[in-house]
Parts: sequence; structure tokens; C-alpha cells
Amino acid sequence: MGLDQRIDVALENLHLQQALTSVCRGFYTVREQAAAAVPDWEELRSRANAAKREVIENLPRYLDQLEAAVKARGGQVFRAVDGAAACRYIGEVMSRRNVRTVVKSKSMATEEIELNHFLEHAGVEPVETDLGEYIIQLAGEAPFHIIAPSIHKTRYDVAKLFKEKLNVDLDPNDIPGMCALARRTLREKFLNAGVGISGVNMAVAETGTVVIVENEGNARLCTSVPPVHIAVMGIEKVIPRVPDLAVFLKLLARSATGQKLSSYTSFLSGPRREGEPDGPEEFHVIFLDNGRSKIQANPRTREALYCIRCGACLNVCPVYRKIGGHAYPWVYSGPIGAILSPQIQGLDAEPKLPFASSLCGACREVCPVKIRIPELLLELRQTEVETAPQRHTWERLAFRIWAWTMQRSWAYELGGLMARWLGDSMPLGPAAVWAKTRELPKPPANSFRELWRKRGSRP
Amino acid sequence: MTRPRRVSLFATCLIDQFFPAVGMSVVRVLERCGLEVDFPEGQTCCGQPAFNSGYHPEARAVARSWLKAFASSEVVVAPSGSCVSMIRNFYPELFHDSPSELAEARALAARTYEFSEFLVNVLKLDDVGAPARPGVVTLHDSCHLLRELKLKDPARRLLAHVPDLELKEMIASTECCGFGGTFAVKFGPLSSALADDKLKEAVATGASEVVACDMSCLMHLDGRARRSGLPIRCRHLAEVLAGES
Repeated sequence: MGLDQRIDVALENLHLQQALTSVCRGFYTVREQAAAAVPDWEELRSRANAAKREVIENLPRYLDQLEAAVKARGGQVFRAVDGAAACRYIGEVMSRRNVRTVVKSKSMATEEIELNHFLEHAGVEPVETDLGEYIIQLAGEAPFHIIAPSIHKTRYDVAKLFKEKLNVDLDPNDIPGMCALARRTLREKFLNAGVGISGVNMAVAETGTVVIVENEGNARLCTSVPPVHIAVMGIEKVIPRVPDLAVFLKLLARSATGQKLSSYTSFLSGPRREGEPDGPEEFHVIFLDNGRSKIQANPRTREALYCIRCGACLNVCPVYRKIGGHAYPWVYSGPIGAILSPQIQGLDAEPKLPFASSLCGACREVCPVKIRIPELLLELRQTEVETAPQRHTWERLAFRIWAWTMQRSWAYELGGLMARWLGDSMPLGPAAVWAKTRELPKPPANSFRELWRKRGSRP
Repeated sequence: MTRPRRVSLFATCLIDQFFPAVGMSVVRVLERCGLEVDFPEGQTCCGQPAFNSGYHPEARAVARSWLKAFASSEVVVAPSGSCVSMIRNFYPELFHDSPSELAEARALAARTYEFSEFLVNVLKLDDVGAPARPGVVTLHDSCHLLRELKLKDPARRLLAHVPDLELKEMIASTECCGFGGTFAVKFGPLSSALADDKLKEAVATGASEVVACDMSCLMHLDGRARRSGLPIRCRHLAEVLAGES
């Protein structure tokens, strides 16, 4: 299915659109309140933007620094050029330690590289331990939202899923009961897992500290109970210094869920040391490139790498609210998905994606790191029409004729006359598409300039 | 700036060709405020459709002829937040590699104003002597006006001074109506679905008219409202201020 078909499917589900709009407006409202309560919010956004710019423009240097710092604390670093390389490395750790079960905390990077598929093929059971991720894993689906992966599932959907997959009958209205079932099931998995895999929200270059924010405590269990912790980090997640955390932590939870701070914020620096009571024996950080260096190389669009995955742009996006996460071509949905996916996967994968926006700019307004998402969409549109002219033969011709006409007011006037005449009797091209779902404006007998001439320059 | 005596109207191609009554309303309001209005005949379009579709050379050619058409204008007023944003925010991008045109674009952009912005922020008028209009209206904040020109108050202040008119704010007045230029035809059903959400909130206020500062949003909303048989009409702010029935 192409983008158009997936949009059509999504538009048929009115119930989902209503639910999504109400959830997203809810997220938006709490974000607004949280932001309004911070007097220097705009200043924080500017500082976050500056810090990210500094990192992305000097990425190799910060990654070297981070690698050295992680190793100095006894951790191991693997630089994965793509998803396959990351999966291979993880597979090697599994076979070396003869691991059968892996617990995972929520991570878009591992969704991106389809780690679960890889592990299943390798005979390892991956278990998602974030409740939302657990639900979509049982359903065999991709995340519907960057921070709320299963918001498209109703309590009835979840009860049905638990019945099918876990063989337990629960009343759909007994939400605490369903949560308790997931908790019991997952607790077993935590205790028996040989490896815990997490994502990374930020990694501090000067100290080698991996920071993970979450609300369920599952990430803390994943990273501390199993004997091995592997953190998979998109290379853009490095931040320079510890004080930068004060900026990013303030922005992240507020932008995502309206919380001042998420319930759990873990700072993980290396494996368990002599005399420490807990923590993993092995601590690995995978630096995942997977196309990010390619984005970094383009100064006009690389600010897409500033993203801290808060999901705020999804919540305000009118398009996302209508079509939901599964209509997007890749795991990243919403406005950020529309600027990341084409740059990582290439425009060929879904050439229409950068055009699927009304350019309303709501995303730019809420982005905690001030990514100019609409401007990046415009850049990608230009790249698409210029690098794939074969997909735009007729449109290009139309715009050439249009531009020729618009440079000559007599031709424009003649064109307008024809458009008004045709619009009334026989709508063509864009007007015909328009008229499928909307009435066309009733064409006036005269243009404004004709009325103006008739009137004379003074009344 | 000092109060200008003469302004050039940039009617926008959409209003010129399809909504001439809105253009006449703008002229009536400006003249009522004591201004002399001229209409440079060389004007056509600002170039935004090509720019937003990725066709920069075509957009640049049209933008160049826009600059030429208004080169001698002291002040330019346009009844569209979107077109003014194109000129103010995106012409510099379009001409970034041509210093002389960039300077020209910047200078002209600095004297180009959106209609409600011009009345309230330049003329310092909240009350433009609009005739009484008994009834309830609701206001749609057009995206480019709101987020690219940061103009939320002027239209509200002007409406507040229309006798007998009640402005009832709709829920989510700042959310997009779904027009989006070529988006409206490239993704027709999605675009229309967004109009439905907007119209639902507008109708829920009990208003008989949706008012906005951009005819593109209004053409889209009005077209969808008529197709759906909704009892609400769409009016440009200028029509309300001019007293168009």
C-alpha cells in the first residue's frame, strides 16, 4: 500500500480519529501548561537548539569523546554503520553468553533496526517491557506514536489480545487487572533474561553517562537486573556536558507528557564496579549511524538530527491526528517522521511524504529544540522535484506554464477569465479533484481588476 | 512608521480572480480610514504555490515580477496572511544567492503589511467605523497569519468594535483548516476531513459566520460547508468591516 491508500484506510476509521484527536489535544494541553509554568521556556529552547547545533556540527569529535569516556568506565562501544551491523553485534553477545531471553525497554532506535525480528530469527525471545510496547509486540504491530506506542488500542482491544496471546480472560473495564497481568508476566521475564536492551535519551560525552527517562520503572529493571546491558543509541543523542542535562531534562518530559520530570530518570555510567551491590557485569553502548551521517552531511536539513523524540510535534499535527502512526511509511511518524524518513530511507521509498503537510507550522512552534520542520519539508520537496524529475513531468510543465503566465499580467488575466469560465461549467485538473469533496467557489462575472477599472481610480 | 497617506493594494490572485467583492471591501475600509488606494496593474501572484511545491526557479521568476509590480509603492497592503508571509519570510530564502534582489525584496517586504496588521499596528485603529452587524461570528486563526506573522490579536480587536457583533471563540481556533495550498488537491480527502473538524467546532459555537483573514482557508471551509449542507457561511474580515451583507 502506498501513502494515499494508507491515508484512505485511516480516514475510514472515524472512531480512531476522534480518540486520537482527544488524546493529542490532551497531551498538547498538559504540554502548554507545563511550558507556561517555566518562566524561561523560550530561553531553554534556544539553549537546547544551540547545544544540539554544536553537537551535530561537530559530531565525530563528540562521539570520540563519548567513546573514550564510556571505555574509561569499563563499558564497551560498538559503532554500527547500519541496523544489520548493530543486530550482528547484539547477536554475537547473545551467542557468547548463550542467552535465550532478552528484556527490552522502549527504544525507537531498536524499532528502527527491527531488532526483535532479528532476535526471533536467531532463536532469542525478545520481550518488550514498556506496557505500550508490550501490547503492540503481542499484536505484531509497529508503534503508533513515538512516546505512546499503543494509543490506538482500546481497553477492549487489549483484553482481546491478552485473551488470545496470554490465554487469560479479563474484563475490559478492569484496567488495573490488565496492568497487573502484564506486570506479573513481565516480572518473570526480567528475572530470567540474560540481557537487557535499552535505548538512550541522552549520552553525556564528557562523562560517558547514558541517560534514560521513563515512567514505568521497566527501563531501570532492564538495565540493572540482567547481567548484560546493551544500550542502542542513535549517534545524534550525544550531548556535550553534564550541565546540558539541566536543559534537556527540563524540556523533554514537559514536551512529551507535561510532566516536570518523568517518574524515573536513570544515569548509567559503566558496568558494576568492585564493591557495588548491583548493576550489570557488561555494559555496551552501540553508536547507531544507519543513515545519520548522511543527514549530518547536508547542512540545509541536518537539524532533523536535533530531535529528542518527545512526540510533541505529533500531538499538534493535524495530519497525524487524522491518519495516525501506521499511515506513515516507517517507524517514525508525524512531522518528525516526515523529515527523518525521507532522509534516512531516501525519497524513493515514499516520494509523497514531504508533501503530506498543510505547512501549518504547529510542529515548529512546539518543538523543544526548535527544529524548523516546515522549512525542512520545503527543502525536501525541492530535492524531490529536482532529483526525481521523472516523477513530476506534468506538474513541472504545469508550473512552467503557470510561471510564464504569472509574469505577464495580460496572460494572467486571460488565464483567470478561462479559469472562471471553466470553473463554472467544466472543472479540470486540480479543480476537478477539489470538487470531489468540496464545492468550487461560484465564479464571479468580473475580476477585481475589471471592477477596479470600471470604478475609476477614485470613487 | 509615520502614518501613510497612500497604499498600494496587493489583491492576491485568488481574490482578484475569484473573490473580487473581498477586494472591494478592503478598498472601502482603507478609504474609510482616509487612505488613497492604488492598484498596480502589473501584479499577479506572490509565487507561493510554486515555492511550496518545490519549484524554486519558477517561484523566483514570479516573485521577481511581484517586486517589479510594487517597486514604486510606498506601502503595500494585502488581505492575506499567507501571501504576506511568503513575501516577508520566504522571499529572502528565494533570493538568498542574489544580493541585489535580496536587498530589494527585504526593503519591499518591510513595507508590506497584512490587512488587519496594517489597520491595528500601523494605523493604530481598532475601530474602523464598521457598520453594525447583528449576530454571532467565530474566528479562524489562519496558520501563516498566526504562526509566521504572529498576528492573533488584530482581527479580534477589529471585530470587537463592530457594533452588535458577538465574537464567540471556537475550540481550537488555532488548528489548521486543512487547506494547505496544493495539499488541498494532492491529499483531497484528508484536507476535507480536516475542514470537517474545523467546521464542527465553528458550528458548535452557534455562529452563523466563520471569519478569517485568508480567502484560501475560507474558500476551502466554505466549499466543504456547502457540500455538507452546514448552516454556516465564511467571510473575510474585510467584508465584515466593510459591512458586506
